[in-house]
Amino acid sequence: MYFFTAKAQRSQRFFLTPRRKDAKIVNTEPGCKCFHWYPSSGLCTNITGLIFFPNLGMNKNRLQKNQLLLAAPLLFLSLFYFYPLLKIFFVSFFPDGSWTNSGLIRFFSTPAYLRILWFTCWQAALSTLLTLVVALPGAYIYARYSFPGKSLIRVMTTVPFVLPTVVTAAAFRALLGDGGLVNTVLMDLFHLQSQPVHIDQTISFFILAHIFYNYALVMRIVGGYWAGLAPELQHAAGMLGASPRQIFSKITLPLLIPAIGSAALLIFIFCFTSFGVVLILGGPKYATLEVEIYRQSIHLFNLPMAATLSLIQILINFGLMWLHARLSQGADLSWFGSSGTRALRVARTGMEKIAIAANLGFMTLLLLTPLLALILRSLLGDNGWTLAYYRGIFTGQTDSLFFVPPFAAIINSVGFALATMLLALVLGLSAAAFLALPEKKGAALWDAIIMLPLATSAVTLGFGYIITLNKPPLNLRDSVLLVILAHTLVAFPFVIRSLLPSLRRIPATLREAAALLGASPLRIRLTIDLPLLSRAMLAAAVFAFAISMGEFGASTFVTRPQTPTLPVAIFRYLSKPGELNYGQAMAMSVILMLVTACAFILLEKLQAAKQ
Amino acid sequence: MKQNPFILFFLAMTCLLLPVVGSAEETLTLMTHDSFNISKELIAHFEEQNQVKLRVLKAGDAGTALVQAILSRENPMADVFFGVDNTFFSRAISANIFTSYNSPHLKDIPTRFRLDDQNRLLPVDYGDVCLNYDKAWFAEKNLALPTDLADLIKPAYKGLTVVENPATSSPGMAFLLATIGQFGEDGYLGFWKQLRDNDVLVANGWEDAYYGHFTSASKGSRPIVVSYASSPAAVVYYAEKPMESAPTGAVVSDNSAFRQIEFVGILKGTKKLQLAQKLVDFMLSRRFQEDIPLQMFVFPVNQTAVLPPVFTQHARVAEHPATVSPAAIEKNREAWLEAWTTTVLR
Repeated sequence: MYFFTAKAQRSQRFFLTPRRKDAKIVNTEPGCKCFHWYPSSGLCTNITGLIFFPNLGMNKNRLQKNQLLLAAPLLFLSLFYFYPLLKIFFVSFFPDGSWTNSGLIRFFSTPAYLRILWFTCWQAALSTLLTLVVALPGAYIYARYSFPGKSLIRVMTTVPFVLPTVVTAAAFRALLGDGGLVNTVLMDLFHLQSQPVHIDQTISFFILAHIFYNYALVMRIVGGYWAGLAPELQHAAGMLGASPRQIFSKITLPLLIPAIGSAALLIFIFCFTSFGVVLILGGPKYATLEVEIYRQSIHLFNLPMAATLSLIQILINFGLMWLHARLSQGADLSWFGSSGTRALRVARTGMEKIAIAANLGFMTLLLLTPLLALILRSLLGDNGWTLAYYRGIFTGQTDSLFFVPPFAAIINSVGFALATMLLALVLGLSAAAFLALPEKKGAALWDAIIMLPLATSAVTLGFGYIITLNKPPLNLRDSVLLVILAHTLVAFPFVIRSLLPSLRRIPATLREAAALLGASPLRIRLTIDLPLLSRAMLAAAVFAFAISMGEFGASTFVTRPQTPTLPVAIFRYLSKPGELNYGQAMAMSVILMLVTACAFILLEKLQAAKQ
Repeated sequence: MKQNPFILFFLAMTCLLLPVVGSAEETLTLMTHDSFNISKELIAHFEEQNQVKLRVLKAGDAGTALVQAILSRENPMADVFFGVDNTFFSRAISANIFTSYNSPHLKDIPTRFRLDDQNRLLPVDYGDVCLNYDKAWFAEKNLALPTDLADLIKPAYKGLTVVENPATSSPGMAFLLATIGQFGEDGYLGFWKQLRDNDVLVANGWEDAYYGHFTSASKGSRPIVVSYASSPAAVVYYAEKPMESAPTGAVVSDNSAFRQIEFVGILKGTKKLQLAQKLVDFMLSRRFQEDIPLQMFVFPVNQTAVLPPVFTQHARVAEHPATVSPAAIEKNREAWLEAWTTTVLR
């Protein structure tokens, strides 16, 4: 791009042949003739090919300003992610000032570790495959049809995605575990002597939970993309005599590949780093890398090994995220975008109705019954129905120093979630604005780097915080603010993913036209970008909020005893014996579920209002 | 000059997020694990007497908290650390993060609890990890209650027991040590192999074992669980409705339980040594020791402390718990865990 700029400055007349493909006609006002504008270089040509520079600071200066967009998120990541992480790696690999590679050597020479790596990979692959198989029909229904209760069901399918693992595990236990709802009902119905369902501590159990978690991801990414596909191609093919099957396999499916690929990669990454679900539902026979990192660092205090495993996990996921970034760059992929604006069909034929009913039935079975089991469990005491557990939430009953009334934990969580939302939105917005710049070299790389916190072991990063954020001005290691920082680290990649597609969709011509007409960059951002982004911002904000509400892994490290978040409080109650403690944990889980559901309902309502 | 609004916003946020400069009153920090608990009024009393604000820093489970204390030894996060147990004792001592203190209260503490002759770590409380059983279940099935570890491998007890994974759970580790203490380093794997053949269930954590699988605490299918000898007292104390006797019992016969002792120590590098010593004294004093049972459901080490009624009635103590020395634990931990995992899980 600088090549053109330099040339053009020497000779004012310059013909561009062939025309760069990013050239666009931006202004055809009378007397203004016709311009071609080359966004990457900031230069313009008029109809005769005469080059000139609009006096807008759009060339090199503008590019430097754009680099600044990355400054804030990068500073944040450097301080609260890379610095702690590098330092803990350094301490682990150079324990006495000299390099030790005992971890690496042991990793590759011990079959047990390679087995763990292999298991981590294939369980993630299996989970991904199964999630796609069961969720793609759901995505189709959501992309193509309208039916009553649609947005409510979408809310209910999204709640699992942000539930903390302790709650999910408890829900699945309450439903399918030994003595769970299904077993009890079946035993009563058929007068069985023993429990018919034995799924506890099996691979099936946690893979089921993985599907439960990630179903919404497929529905939202693939469904949203599917809904946005222009139907003209399919119609044209139909008119030319293609059968519906041909249309699907020759046109729709190839068009969907980026969306499916992106969803698949994400699910794989999430399942690859799965910790709580595998630990609790899978039982001790199964260990993912993440579980092994925890075991090595806490129980064996083998930091070099833990760091080695952490590094391997980060590298693998970095590769996957880079691939994901490449895939989503070309396509208009959004994690949480609303499904397009195209008119949706109402099911008319019997087949269509059956297909929709079957899908909804399946969704209910997979996604709603565990949540319902949780609700039932919170209302059932030793002697039948009771509200005692809910009453307990609003009354403190002990005088212990750390007894934080459950109600206070709810307030804490909401407070942290709002602060996280704000911070994640600001950081995510500026990072997304950078990543959305046209023809940005290395954008995929930056994209992958920003997503890295999602794939990093909470134990490793938590230890990194201990040894880095320990001196003023960043003496944060025992500060309440750490919760907000940690949650932001997890939430802001999601914000970027929600904003990026909408930002890329804003036609460059709009901004350029405004710039040509004399609007300042600030004014362009405020009057063009922000209004067009409002729907995506809303979605991003709600998701950041919900993710913070449900965050558990990192929270256990950074939460201070006087200000526990809701998931941490639930965990505390679960780790004390006594019926009342268990019941209150269930009741608090239900409240957490309701708060997140309300946030998502609000999102649906606001988005509908904006349409 | 035109400023980027996002950068301005971020700068403003950073300023808001910068930590607030500390208050004028002196603070003493106690670092501990998540299970630490004590009455508000006791802490208030200590704060008033010593004109200090006590800040309690909970840093994960016992293992996690200790690793954090060791990692931060150059620039300690706290003045006093509570919660090293005898399974992590050697790791803490060899990391050299504690300084000696001969508290006057040590005279009230039996020598069997005092594992460090230099008093870098001072005992505070103890609890016996042992088998708990569901009384009603055994009565209904007309089966004899378990009295010993060896009972678990009898055919009549097939499929009745749930234990915790020693690699991920501290009571699980303690129970593994109990079996090593009872059957010896040569015999424990044989016991576990038979236990596996007798369909033992392994859960990853205590929560999971107790709430997920124990018949008395959930609708689980296992009437025997590894828990604490004081758990029956907790069941009574936290019951939804008052109960006469505990629905669960604990097996505390000789060599069938492992005693976990928890220690407190003053971290090297503290700038408030005198206050830290005061806090240690306070934690070993009768008043604090008497508060321990109902807050943490473990026993006080101070002989002068009086137990609450719910403890004297429902909680039990092992007369002769199985013993394994802290040094042997630290030396063999990885090997034992590895051998156990291979025998029981693979």
